[in-house]
Amino acid sequence: MTKPLLVFNSKGIYCKQADVYIDAWRPVEKCIVTHGHSDHSRRGHKQYITHHNNIPIIKHRLGDITVSGKEWGETFTINGVTFSLHPAGHIVASSQVRVEYKGEVWVFTGDYKIENDGLSTPYEPIKCHTFITECTFGLPAFKWEPQDDVFNEINGWWARNKDEGRTSLLFGYSLGKAQRLLKHLDTSIGKIYTHGAVEQMTQVLREHYDLPPTELITANTKKEDILGNIVVAPPSAQGSSLMRKIGPNVTASASGWMTFRGARRRRALDRGFVLSDHADWDGLLQAVKETGCEKVIATHGYTEIFSRYLREEMALDARTESTQYEAEQNEAESKKEEGAS
Amino acid sequence: MKRFAELIKQLDSTNKTNEKVGALTEYFLNAPDPDKLWTIAILSHRRPKRPVNTTLLREWATELSHIPLWLFEESYHIVGDLAETIALIVPSSKGKTDKSLSEFIAEIIELRELPESAKKAYLHENWLSLNYYERFVFNKIITGGFRIGVSQKLMTRALSKATGIDEDILAYKLMGSWTPPTTTFQQLILEEHESDYLSKPYPFYLAYAVEDDFQEQLGDIQDWSFEHKWDGIRAQVIIRNDEVFVWSRGEELVTDKYPEFQKFLEVVPNGTVLDGEILPFPEGRIGDFNQLQTRIGRKNVSKSLLQKIPVILTAYDLLEWNGEDIRSCPFAERRKLLEQLISKVNSKENHLYLSGSMQFETWEAAASERERAREKRSEGLMIKRKDSPYLVGRKKGDWWKWKTNPFTIDAVLTYAMRGHGRRANLFTDYTFGLWHEGQLVTFAKAYSGLTDAELKEVDAWIKKNTLERFGPVRSVTPFHVFEIAFEGIAKSSRHKSGVATRFPRILRWRKDKPIEEANTLQDLKNLIPE
Ligand SMILES: [Zn+2]
Repeated sequence: MTKPLLVFNSKGIYCKQADVYIDAWRPVEKCIVTHGHSDHSRRGHKQYITHHNNIPIIKHRLGDITVSGKEWGETFTINGVTFSLHPAGHIVASSQVRVEYKGEVWVFTGDYKIENDGLSTPYEPIKCHTFITECTFGLPAFKWEPQDDVFNEINGWWARNKDEGRTSLLFGYSLGKAQRLLKHLDTSIGKIYTHGAVEQMTQVLREHYDLPPTELITANTKKEDILGNIVVAPPSAQGSSLMRKIGPNVTASASGWMTFRGARRRRALDRGFVLSDHADWDGLLQAVKETGCEKVIATHGYTEIFSRYLREEMALDARTESTQYEAEQNEAESKKEEGAS
Repeated sequence: MKRFAELIKQLDSTNKTNEKVGALTEYFLNAPDPDKLWTIAILSHRRPKRPVNTTLLREWATELSHIPLWLFEESYHIVGDLAETIALIVPSSKGKTDKSLSEFIAEIIELRELPESAKKAYLHENWLSLNYYERFVFNKIITGGFRIGVSQKLMTRALSKATGIDEDILAYKLMGSWTPPTTTFQQLILEEHESDYLSKPYPFYLAYAVEDDFQEQLGDIQDWSFEHKWDGIRAQVIIRNDEVFVWSRGEELVTDKYPEFQKFLEVVPNGTVLDGEILPFPEGRIGDFNQLQTRIGRKNVSKSLLQKIPVILTAYDLLEWNGEDIRSCPFAERRKLLEQLISKVNSKENHLYLSGSMQFETWEAAASERERAREKRSEGLMIKRKDSPYLVGRKKGDWWKWKTNPFTIDAVLTYAMRGHGRRANLFTDYTFGLWHEGQLVTFAKAYSGLTDAELKEVDAWIKKNTLERFGPVRSVTPFHVFEIAFEGIAKSSRHKSGVATRFPRILRWRKDKPIEEANTLQDLKNLIPE
């Protein structure tokens, strides 16, 4: 048996032949980074390789780092191993990593979703032998509605709240989800206000992406001005001083976890919109099929359930590997590490 | 069905009580009468009999979803609710039915008598033609247990707003054994009956827990009257016009559950309202909460249960006397009248006792009485200001509760289960064991008490130290010791350990203790008061 092209060691996903890590969770020499969420792009690597649009994002988060940017599909070879990045559709500039050595191809998805969100470069299936996939929502209970339907609901909710004289407070991650929300909010209803973390990240992204105007809530912002408008804030802002600043309001979160009635109630939110940047059950299955792979490694999420299904129902060689990506804690959970998952 | 599903969605879409009441009021103003009646019935737990057992429901939903049964079961474990799981898993539909709620329920009632194949066809057809919320509601009607954060009280409030009828009167109208097939909205709700007004209770006055320096705060101990704090069900018993009405703390009318109190008619005059605690009283002495549990859940109490676990009312206050509201009289005066009343009662015969009051010269003397609470089967002491009126709701100042410290025991983590919903992938629900003949015997489950950081740490540890998996449950290597606190303890045949504990929770993580130093089952049993 030949040695596997990628292994999971204590520091991350490792390609020994090229001496390169992918999305390492401990500091390493050289690391390919799929996207800007904090559990995938950690501090302390000597050299980063990522999609060039992701560079401003990780520089914003990690400061002055040594990083080289790649185009979609641009190949680079290290000690005979050919690497390339391909769109993952998870958030802006999120990549899958294709790794090829002596005719054998592996793909690591990072985080991904199938639906075109109108902002991120849409997911592209890549043929491979071994497919390393996330499965945050690897359970048939997760089924996303088309994005247009969800945004119709969100905009309808905002308009209704405005009619009733209340401000809409919508929680979503400051990188990715927040900009997806901004992009599709109906600004004919009112103005979009932002929380600091969202505003900063949005400013970074404006360089490459077309986003509607936003206004940061500051100490000088008047309650009367915000009233009836919408505020986009990270989940960690729930219960913070921001809430007191904005007067009568209705809260909602946009996340895949809002599928569960209990999740919304436990978080004491008024409303939950099911909107995720990860693939749903059907999306995961579609992705696996389209790669034409023989082997699947499920990394984070409902890995055991998903891989058992692939083994028993699709006759694939599927197994799990544990990583330190944060699907285990799930979006709503990791308040401290804003930007994870 | 559209309107009812929309109502449930609205109720689900807010955490604010006022908005829930608003949505319900709106519904009661606009829905057709038969639907209103069924909505009231469902929200007061009068659902039609389950037409299909849950095993079949699971099988048929699985079949329609083209997934293996084990995957359905895994999903069910994670979602935590059968109706919700089915609604999520079967193929989505936009919803295209015009049948009303009452038409659906009529079909569901008929379904019970149909052969299995017809049941299955009916469910498949409807699952495929209802949208997500309608499907969820449809499943809930079939499986029962409509828990959607709407209490009967909240519903009654909305009904009151929609009809202009007083809430307590509605509560009375809604009690008893009516079902939608035996009445109409007009008959049940709108028509007036003189007897409706008889049962009206007073709002309860609730005590605050004492604060750290309360002895100084409360001042002269002579101003205060003491009683034991009984661990039962807070209740008002009303005797008017030769009828007895029993209201529990949630302000629910529970007369039917406690037939013992019909005996009050023999000894308590009309125009009397008693405030007190319903307590289990097997073998002529106060029992434990575990015994009371067996009474609470039943709507109709069997003869043998009545004999095995009779209840008493331990009265501590008198709110109405000779048909007059005396709540503004000082507590001491109300007590005097109450004591006179009960002194003429044969307590044993009539199930009516007095909660004895005590006076203390010093706080030390009061504290030592509190130490004896467990012997007396109480939870601590109540402290009431002698000259206080009977107030409404939880008000600081006149009534205080001074509870005993909880029981504690050191136990070993043995099993862990995933949480539900947002914590679905985190092991947050733990089972604890105590030593018995060299084995760890399960004695309690606890969900809360750890910080988020500790939860994450325990979760990571569990994932690495799993011995066996049983669906969502994992057994783990016995390694960690936790100090578990609980409020009450009793013998129980329903528990493997032979012991039931009340409100167990994690007090702290004893990282300093090896498992050998955890307590034994015998240590736990020694805590049971005799
Ligand atoms: Zn991510």
